Amino acid sequence: MKYVLMFAGSVDEQEAWEKMPESTRAAGYERVNQWFEEHSRAGRITGGAELQGPSSATTVRIKNGKAVVTDGPFIEAKEIIGGFAVVEVKDLDEALEMAKTWPGGGIVEVRPVVDHSEG
Amino acid sequence: MRVLGDFALAEEVVQDSLVAALETWPEQGIPDKPGAWLMTTARRRAIDILRRDTRYREKLALLERFTLTPEPAEADDRLRLIFTCCHPALSQEAQVALTLRAVVGFTTAEIGSAFLVAEATVAQRIVRAKRKIVDAHIPYRVPEGDELAGRLDGVLSVLYLMFNEGYLSRGAQIAMRRDLADDALWLTRLVATLMPDQPEVLGLLALMRLNLARSEARFDASGEMILLPDQDRSLWDHAAIADGTATLERAGAMRASGPYQVQAAIAALHAEAASWAETDWHQIVILYDTLVRMADSPVVRLNRAVALGHFAGPEVALGEVNDLAISLSGYHLFHSTRAELLDQVGEPVLAREARRRALDLCQNPAERSLLERKLRA
Repeated sequence: MKYVLMFAGSVDEQEAWEKMPESTRAAGYERVNQWFEEHSRAGRITGGAELQGPSSATTVRIKNGKAVVTDGPFIEAKEIIGGFAVVEVKDLDEALEMAKTWPGGGIVEVRPVVDHSEG
Repeated sequence: MRVLGDFALAEEVVQDSLVAALETWPEQGIPDKPGAWLMTTARRRAIDILRRDTRYREKLALLERFTLTPEPAEADDRLRLIFTCCHPALSQEAQVALTLRAVVGFTTAEIGSAFLVAEATVAQRIVRAKRKIVDAHIPYRVPEGDELAGRLDGVLSVLYLMFNEGYLSRGAQIAMRRDLADDALWLTRLVATLMPDQPEVLGLLALMRLNLARSEARFDASGEMILLPDQDRSLWDHAAIADGTATLERAGAMRASGPYQVQAAIAALHAEAASWAETDWHQIVILYDTLVRMADSPVVRLNRAVALGHFAGPEVALGEVNDLAISLSGYHLFHSTRAELLDQVGEPVLAREARRRALDLCQNPAERSLLERKLRA
């Protein structure tokens, strides 16, 4: 069963993180990398990425066949998505266990992926 | 492609075994271990249908007492069903509805009337929850190891919620839903039978048993509510109290205390007091202190303040209660407690005001009537 783990946090947390000293940030990345490596080695992670901040986002809205391009994320939210991982596990409990050990803090949303392989 | 998850399958199995029971019992008679049958069937359905047939009256009494040990395989199935229904990935409303539907056998109409929501809403909640179980692949299993404690808490809070709604309804229709409280007790006893090594399950079971033991004394013949100080203690079910206390002692022997055990201990102290005046308030305050440490909440603090007032005086209690004004301003029992204390310190005008506020916030007919009587006095 495939799930996407979406890693999110508040704008405040993001800003605080960016202001942290380089050594603290490096240690944080180290823990996140370890988490990714450990789960990839166990075959539970099939993909994922860290995203640049919402100020780098561009939104394309398609309405009546016309595409309108605007600056910024698609919703102005207090929480922003910082990255994601695509995981392949037995069931929701296993995905939740992974999410609970996410070293990045903040919020993790777990969503099952639609399976188009059959039927 | 597999469309149905294990949960749907389990539910089907439950229904099938019920149908099988109802087809075979009239011909072959009730099996030697009818409880084992009921372990895999929805309790209410089975009992309702059996009730229609007078031949089964005696057997029914046996079934309702339910003192049998389930077969291990069936026990596992039933536990898995309960843990799946109470999975934290489902909303608590859905957990309650699903448990009542799939494990106890309530109809959606019954769930709606017990929790003051439209039947269509309940039906929708159940459909959505089942869809999520399938779509998100919520496993049909009993969690193990480190995971168990947290998940068991979730199951217990669903049972506790059911019980509380039955014991003292929030709604305007009826003061107490004995059937719902009894079903919550039955479910808790079932979980206790299936997980005999969990002290908090026994703690919750003891708490329910001790509270229900006072049922006969809680309302008078015309349905008016009688509060604890004024209850006729000879009407209490002393066998149930002894049983509840014994259950609590069994939990205590496991040496892992928790909030349900502490609440049961408080209920036991009330149940064992020969009169209101002889209640061991010191011990009760100590237990509330423990509860504050384990599971702090404004409601726990409110109850603690009341107990404290019995030996430290109403002024002290009132001070503590007033501190909770912000967090409990929407809770009718905060205002009625304040009213009682204000009366005791000689502030009848303020007491009246607080009582009116309580009345505005309260829907339960028996509680309303009690407040109205006091306002007229």
